Amino acid sequence: MLKQIEGSRAVAEAVALCRPEVICAYPISPQTHIVEALGEIVSSGRLAPCEFVNVESEFAAMSVAIGASAAGARAYTATASQGLLYMAEALFNASGLGLPIVMTVANRAIGAPINIWNDHTDTMSQRDCGWIQLFAENNQEALDLHVIAFRLAEELSLPVMVCMDGFILTHAYERVDVPDQAQVDAYLPPFNPRQILDPAEPVSIGAMVGPEAFMEVRYLAHAKQSQALSLIPRWAGAFRQAFGREAGGLARSYRTEEAETIVVALGSVLGTLKDTVDELRESGGRIGVLGVSCFRPWPFAAVREALAGAQRVVVVEKGMAVGVGGIVSNNVRTAISTRPIPVYDVVAGLGGRPITKASLAAVLQRAMTDDLELTTFLDLDRALVEKVLRKEREVRRSGPIAEQVLKLKG
Amino acid sequence: MTFQPVKFYQTGTFTVGNRLLPAETRSVQANMRRTNSLNSGHRACQGCGEALGARYAIDAAMHATENRLIAANATGCLEVFSTPYPETSWQIPWIHSLFGNAAAVATGIAAALKVKGRSDVRVIAQGGDGGTTDIGFACLSGMFERNDDVLYICYDNEAYMNTGVQRSSATPPAARTATTTLGNSFNQGKNLPWIAMAHGIPYVATATIAELRDLEAKVERAMHVRGARYLHIFVSCPLGWGHPADQSIRIARLAKETGLFPVFEAEHGEVTSVSKIRKKLPVTDYLKPQRRFAHLFSPEVRTDLIARIQEGADRNVRKFGLIEN
Repeated sequence: MLKQIEGSRAVAEAVALCRPEVICAYPISPQTHIVEALGEIVSSGRLAPCEFVNVESEFAAMSVAIGASAAGARAYTATASQGLLYMAEALFNASGLGLPIVMTVANRAIGAPINIWNDHTDTMSQRDCGWIQLFAENNQEALDLHVIAFRLAEELSLPVMVCMDGFILTHAYERVDVPDQAQVDAYLPPFNPRQILDPAEPVSIGAMVGPEAFMEVRYLAHAKQSQALSLIPRWAGAFRQAFGREAGGLARSYRTEEAETIVVALGSVLGTLKDTVDELRESGGRIGVLGVSCFRPWPFAAVREALAGAQRVVVVEKGMAVGVGGIVSNNVRTAISTRPIPVYDVVAGLGGRPITKASLAAVLQRAMTDDLELTTFLDLDRALVEKVLRKEREVRRSGPIAEQVLKLKG
Repeated sequence: MTFQPVKFYQTGTFTVGNRLLPAETRSVQANMRRTNSLNSGHRACQGCGEALGARYAIDAAMHATENRLIAANATGCLEVFSTPYPETSWQIPWIHSLFGNAAAVATGIAAALKVKGRSDVRVIAQGGDGGTTDIGFACLSGMFERNDDVLYICYDNEAYMNTGVQRSSATPPAARTATTTLGNSFNQGKNLPWIAMAHGIPYVATATIAELRDLEAKVERAMHVRGARYLHIFVSCPLGWGHPADQSIRIARLAKETGLFPVFEAEHGEVTSVSKIRKKLPVTDYLKPQRRFAHLFSPEVRTDLIARIQEGADRNVRKFGLIEN
């Protein structure tokens, strides 16, 4: 059914249709509207049976989900930013225990300095925690990915993170098609795990493993993620068949036919990029876009194939590894390591800095003529940072960066 | 014909022999059908108070729930010695997740059971004092505050024993640990049973491994209550405390008989019963046999510190009315 609703509400509706049995909620911006809506749906009796647990922290949220999932209940939670980091230890635990928990991450920057706006630093920091990470391009996809996420999680016995841009998607009102219960039920059968905590069949879960078997356990975790690379397209295909629209999968190309330059990105910035590329195409630019939907596991083959015809790649990403540069770009480089073509990295939109078509067009035009540094920071106030750096060269003393910037800016 | 009345405590150790009791009041451990939930073959040290306490507590919980029990375990000695892969000593459904989240994992299990209409299956969470009073404290307090249907059992051996005897917030004043080599400071302390009571939860109790029948009774009691419950068990640690392995039970008894560890029950924040001290002993009786307190007696006797410890014990006696009037 078509509805004009907020992204968070759309996600809550999708989650409710997936019939989670335990939902743990701890508020953090910009995730709050999702758990508020779910709380409302549970208390209305529309989603039953379901236990809605108001926990005291994100660490507890993930821990309650771990207990619930191990006891055989379909478990869901949502978080963002600092909250994701606060549950970091439990994230590794959930994947290590093979618990198919689904979690929405309303992507947001990490402090200090504290910043509530969107970028991908939070989920990028947890890229190696053993969860599957799916990124939504728009609210329809955010909604759809949750249905796919539960299916994937339970088939693979792995937790899945659905990453959606905070505020840009969570707080945007868009038209979405909300499927009906029968459609979702047909796609997503009830949770039926191989092993649960049950007095009738007692098992010990989470035993200590020493050097004699730990390597094998970790290898199998890696092998399982590799298997996910073939299952993710399969369940995206099944979704297309059942619901009549594209969602999920590994990566999707846009206007890459005969493209010399291909721009790779994740999340909502793909919309702006596609518009920018449309305009560049109109003026004769041979440029296209590759949207990566699945960041973990990293789809080596799909990316390699999609970039096969490109002479250069530009990665626009909302995060970075401090002291290294791009994160997504380094993953792209490993996928095409046999081809010596430049991979330009454009770090953009940190802490909610708007990514405009004009700025993107300018940087892409420079890339198309190979007139771009390998790592660029989009719309960086160069004068300001030079001033700070100059000051620091004069006097080296400990102190926070942000306050220094504010002082010089003021 | 004259006949000799049966006297309890005739062994001189205050232990109650099961043979002197009618069958129906004998301990769970004395029953041939006890579940051995924490089975033999685990790797606890000789004289481990935690292994003894857990064995009695979990078997009693199994008895009370007709063997419908699930346990969540914090990281620590109990977890490590019971489940070295690929072995396990647990005969019950058991999960270990992390050091600081046992209470929250138990909440999740309880929520799952509720959704599935399995309210007959009960949940316990357990951990040592580090996993309870320090790193697991937030999750524990959250579980209490929500009044989730979980019995949390803390096996208190007063330091981080699994990592090599470092100080925890349950380490008593003056005790020597690997991180308090000059003896622990005298702080206000973190009295977890008291903090649990402040949450107003339906049942809080303390027990020691010296009175195992009392421990069993409290577990039984706790399992017949719904909501959040807390049981704090004093468990000696021969390795960490520096006493012979065959003295674990005596040390635990001395902790109670000196007034240092009050044994009581509370309901909804109110103390409802107190286990009286039969013959109050000076704290030196408790301190002297433990190497962790050796610096109080040699090279010089630290009468000042001993007096402060004695003051603490006397305060407990007054606060809980530990001595029969």
